[in-house]
Amino acid sequence: MRLVDTVQTSFKTVLSYRIRSLLIILAMALGVAAVVVLTALGDGARNYVINQFSSIGTNLLVVLPGRAETSGAFLGAVLGQTPRDLTLKDAQLIGRLPQVRRYAPLNVGEAELSAANRLRAVTVLGSNVHLIPIRHMVLAQGSFLAHGTENNAQIVLGAKIAREFFPRTQAIGQRVRLGDSRFLVSGVLMSQGETMGYNTDEIVIIPIGHAQVMFNTTSLFRILIEAKSHSEIEPAKQAILATVKQSHDGEEDITVITQDAILSTFNRILQALTLAVAGIAAISLIVAGILVMNVMLVAVSQRTAEIGLLKAIGASSVDIRRLFFTEAVLLSLAGAILGFLLGQFGSLMLRLTFPQLPAWPPVWASMAGITVALITGILASMLPASKAAKLDAVNALGKK
Amino acid sequence: MIRLTAITRTFHMGDQAVYALNNINLQIASGEYVSIMGPSGSGKSTLLNILGLLDKPDSGRYELDEKLVTDLSETEQAQIRRERIGFVFQSFHLVPRLTAAENIELPLTLSGMPSEQRQIRVEQALQAFELKQRAQHRPAELSGGQRQRVAIARATIMQPSVILADEPTGNLDHQIGAEVMSLLEDLHHRGTTLIVVTHDRELGARAHRQIGMRDGEILTDQANATG
Ligand SMILES: Nc1ncnc2c1ncn2[C@@H]1O[C@H](COP(=O)(O)OP(=O)(O)OP(=O)(O)O)[C@@H](O)[C@H]1O
Ligand SMILES: [Mg+2]
Repeated sequence: MRLVDTVQTSFKTVLSYRIRSLLIILAMALGVAAVVVLTALGDGARNYVINQFSSIGTNLLVVLPGRAETSGAFLGAVLGQTPRDLTLKDAQLIGRLPQVRRYAPLNVGEAELSAANRLRAVTVLGSNVHLIPIRHMVLAQGSFLAHGTENNAQIVLGAKIAREFFPRTQAIGQRVRLGDSRFLVSGVLMSQGETMGYNTDEIVIIPIGHAQVMFNTTSLFRILIEAKSHSEIEPAKQAILATVKQSHDGEEDITVITQDAILSTFNRILQALTLAVAGIAAISLIVAGILVMNVMLVAVSQRTAEIGLLKAIGASSVDIRRLFFTEAVLLSLAGAILGFLLGQFGSLMLRLTFPQLPAWPPVWASMAGITVALITGILASMLPASKAAKLDAVNALGKK
Repeated sequence: MIRLTAITRTFHMGDQAVYALNNINLQIASGEYVSIMGPSGSGKSTLLNILGLLDKPDSGRYELDEKLVTDLSETEQAQIRRERIGFVFQSFHLVPRLTAAENIELPLTLSGMPSEQRQIRVEQALQAFELKQRAQHRPAELSGGQRQRVAIARATIMQPSVILADEPTGNLDHQIGAEVMSLLEDLHHRGTTLIVVTHDRELGARAHRQIGMRDGEILTDQANATG
């Protein structure tokens, strides 16, 4: 029997048992679609987090006061109280390190902003001229701590705050009151929306000196550092630790987090998660494979007389085996293709529903889904096909 | 040329052995027309199945055209069934999913013949068996006689040298049965060896040679001058 005829014959058989074929194809398709959609979701989440993290800066290091008990458990350091404060002096020492391009000390607090008969509480960032470039913020208008104005009481407004307070007038040059002090609006941030839980549209930025006076503190909340290059991140971290240790009387009481390390940790975790999810989805493919086997076994016993007849008119065992095998492969193939399309459609729906989530199914997942579907289909058809091939022709013909 | 020597076929039912064929010796020349008769259970179908290589004897030799076929491999036997033997069954055994034309085409497809040639041959067969109008009908939409004509067309499409018919008229009424028999006899007139198992004495008497069986043995074997 020629291959084209085998395929064509099996194809006709698949078509003539419509409901049965549809059910198998659907089971296969759902398995493949599950793999595709779930990995799209996993990979989308991974990319989302990576993008968010990348967008906060380049070659970024963050110094926080307090020593993390275990590397990576930086939450503890965030919450824990520290014996020794991080000071502006520490920040300046760090700024002199050769691996560091620039640094921005940071104080954060709440204060009431009032101007033009309006009053509201805002989040106040106190920092230096480098904060805006290090954090990848962009000024829509004006400047912050421009050369020659370093000692001025100036303030940069988030986009939303500028709009609220000065809906009709130019914000730049306006006088505002923050807490008990007066500031001159020197710049307005470009609207950037939310990144990593920070909405830069609703903050204000003032010089670090004014912030420390306002919040009555000499200790820093963070120091943000930009290393000179990607390869300088790790050396910069070591140098920072050594420098601060020296200035803190030999006590290593700070934690340095690199954006890079967090990125790769998240990357690893989310990749593992995606793989795990894909694996779980793949189990449904094995279930579909068992279904294929079952249905093909039923088909063999339903078509016993037909198999006997085929043998009587000259089909060899090999022909019979190939026919049943091809039938199962066609079903699996149809299921895999339909599943792939369903998965792509599902991912598209995900992307439309959650525009922030880049839920693109990874190519490897689609390939793996289709391959696993085909392999299970092929494996599942082996037993029924060889059972059909081994049928005794005389007995088979006797059956109705 | 068919030659059976000491063919025995035993079935085991529990610890009881049933001799379906017991030491059968039989020679049938090419182009002969033979009928096999005998009571139910006498081994007629078993004999036909062995002649058609659907069943293997427990012992004995089967030579077809001077060639020992008993020891051939499964694939080689399938090839002989495909090319040299045509089966016609009492219950037609058409594939219900396939049309008349597709049923007739099956042996050609199995033989690996290209599609264009198959269509020509099927067309000729439909013409010869007056099935042109029914070509696209499925077996369920055909009468008994039409079904058996499709089955005969299928059995002969490969132009086999031997036609084996197991009660081909058993499911047909008398007149249609006679028509089917004359179709088979036409094949015989064109040189095919025709071996027919039947319960019908009248039909059996039309053969040139009648074999009577009982309990797995050949009881009578007589030539019929008038047939
Ligand atoms: N597969 C089988 N298993 C067990 N016994 C069988 C089998 N096939 C046939 N037999 C036995 O072999 C003997 C011959 O059977 P066979 O079918 O050849 O008879 P037959 O002459 O064709 O009968 P009928 O006229 O009823 O068709 C019977 O006794 C039958 O019971
Ligand atoms: Mg019988």
